[in-house]
Amino acid sequence: MLEILAERFNYIPIIILMMIGLYVVIATGNLVKRLVGLSIFQTSVFLLYITIGKVFGGAPPILENYKADDGYGHGGEGAGHGAAEAGHAADAAAGYAADHAAPAADAGAHAASDAAHQATEILYSNPLPHVLILTAIVVGVATLAVGLALVVRIRESYGTIEDDALNAADYSLESGSAE
Amino acid sequence: MQFLADFLPAGVAMHAPALIVVIPLITAALAALVPNGRVAWIVALVTAAAVALLSLNLLGQVINEGVISYHMGGWAPPLGIEYRVDMLNIALLLLVGIVGLLCVFYALPSVADEIAQNKQALFYSAFLVCFAGLLGVTITGDAFNVFVFLEISSISTYVLIAMGAGKDRRALTASYNYLILGTIGATFFVIGVGFLYMATGTLNMADMAAILEVNGHNRVTQAAFAFIVVGLGLKAAMFPLHVWLPNAYAFAPNFVTAFLASTATKVAFYALIRFLFSVFHPDVSFVEMSFVWLFAVVGTVAMVVASLQAVFQTDARRLLAYSSVAQVGYMMLGLGMGTASGLQAGLLHLMNHALMKGALFMALGAFALNFGVRRVKDLAGMSKTMPASATAFTIAGLSLVGVPLTVGFTSKWYLVTAALERGWWWAVAALMLSSLLALAYVARLLSAIWMDSPPSHHGELAQRRLAPWMVLLPMSLLALANIYFFFHADPLVWLARSAAEAVMGGN
Repeated sequence: MLEILAERFNYIPIIILMMIGLYVVIATGNLVKRLVGLSIFQTSVFLLYITIGKVFGGAPPILENYKADDGYGHGGEGAGHGAAEAGHAADAAAGYAADHAAPAADAGAHAASDAAHQATEILYSNPLPHVLILTAIVVGVATLAVGLALVVRIRESYGTIEDDALNAADYSLESGSAE
Repeated sequence: MQFLADFLPAGVAMHAPALIVVIPLITAALAALVPNGRVAWIVALVTAAAVALLSLNLLGQVINEGVISYHMGGWAPPLGIEYRVDMLNIALLLLVGIVGLLCVFYALPSVADEIAQNKQALFYSAFLVCFAGLLGVTITGDAFNVFVFLEISSISTYVLIAMGAGKDRRALTASYNYLILGTIGATFFVIGVGFLYMATGTLNMADMAAILEVNGHNRVTQAAFAFIVVGLGLKAAMFPLHVWLPNAYAFAPNFVTAFLASTATKVAFYALIRFLFSVFHPDVSFVEMSFVWLFAVVGTVAMVVASLQAVFQTDARRLLAYSSVAQVGYMMLGLGMGTASGLQAGLLHLMNHALMKGALFMALGAFALNFGVRRVKDLAGMSKTMPASATAFTIAGLSLVGVPLTVGFTSKWYLVTAALERGWWWAVAALMLSSLLALAYVARLLSAIWMDSPPSHHGELAQRRLAPWMVLLPMSLLALANIYFFFHADPLVWLARSAAEAVMGGN
């Protein structure tokens, strides 16, 4: 049991945050607090995406010596660095990337352009979830902004942001005899 | 059908799948910049006309060449975002495009009455964003893209609903509640997509389906399925998740209600079908079980319970909103049969329901425009004061009940046939019961309109007032379509059948 949890330790804070967020949305009667809960809930999902992008031993997904043959002075150094990175990644991944890293290490000694080509073989973290979440964060911010704007307008016309009081006000409107 | 594919220049036709989403997005910015509401309306009208033309052109292309796969930005799928048009989503694109055009046409007098002068341009801008979002959900073949467009349309919908606050402040709380529930739904959906991404490593729906078929299903994909169904079910107002809908429809501006009732829930329902059939496969055991034990059951309960709730409403638009929840139940039942004929009946009802509810909400909007009425008892004598609108309302109302000579009968006929094919007698019984309840609530509206005498003020009867022709034209078109497509049911039935076959026949 403990082992199962330890293997999935990254999900534990996410689940806790998710439940806190949902609970706040359901339990509170205050419209602003409800939006806070909603944001926590959304953020937990952002974290879920971010953690699945992690590859153990993966390098940051940046092509460091991509422009090595552009005539930069640092071309050679960049290639060497890239090769070192590749070697490091290979160690950490416990042999998984060894096949790819070996040619990359050779390339460090060869021409920089070769290294740039080989560098694509390095084990990288998955950058896609980060990009997706960048979009989702924008969506979340927009939702929060619209929600808060609505709360401001509700406060202006009802004079309260408590759910009970709002329901009472609406009920009196519905049951009132005035049109 | 060749002329449909050819009437646009080749360059435009080639990029039609992208343009249909991009044009409303760009013109939304344009509409926000113009100072005058009327100019913004022209922008919206031109956009909606362009979208309707593009959707017709895409229909021609799909018929001629089969599935269209458009690579956004030239990046090939599965890495790039793919826009994919097949017989299923072309039906939805046509629906959104054409009903959208009619609704925009209707908008000018209605919006001028309900929205403050200085906010009209922004209102049309929000509408165009919503329009683009709905089209985007329909056309995209990328799971995460669905989420983004779903939220684009939802966030602008919250704004549009809240604009009803000028007439009734309850629009604000309705919009806020929709925002909370809609966001929870969207977040559930995105969790589900995340799980699918974990399991398959891709976001392209077709690619997902292929990988799932090879790898098989496990608990991750089952969890993904549950999250996606709940998330999209919330957006589609699937029965126990419908609580946001009645208030949102009742207090939104009339034009918004007419547009949303005939498009928004339909698009979410489409997304649900897309995931059930094109990503998950209906043969997979847990998907198959969900048809019978979830969708059919939930649909049947919705048909009866929501119709019953509708009978006791005092607000006319709220009554029709509950009826919408019941109609979603019909579609869910069709989907739950899990057969091609069931899905066909569900899709047929989806299109027919858009025709009915579009006309009904437009007519209620016309009543509200001329007399400011919204409660059922205030509709008294509308047949004398507004005969044209009352007639359109009556035709669409009878269609809602499923009276012969209207499309409502056609789709219920198909639903009953499909249920009998499956041997589901209880579903037929529920359909009958629900139709009777529909008769009860429509009769309440119609008796107020036709039987009661117009209200008198100091002994003087209310005068006859004609609705503006811009209101009358789209309303009568939709009402006549309710009759026309009973006698010429073939186009819609064919569209529904090919849509059902496109997803049932495997990818």
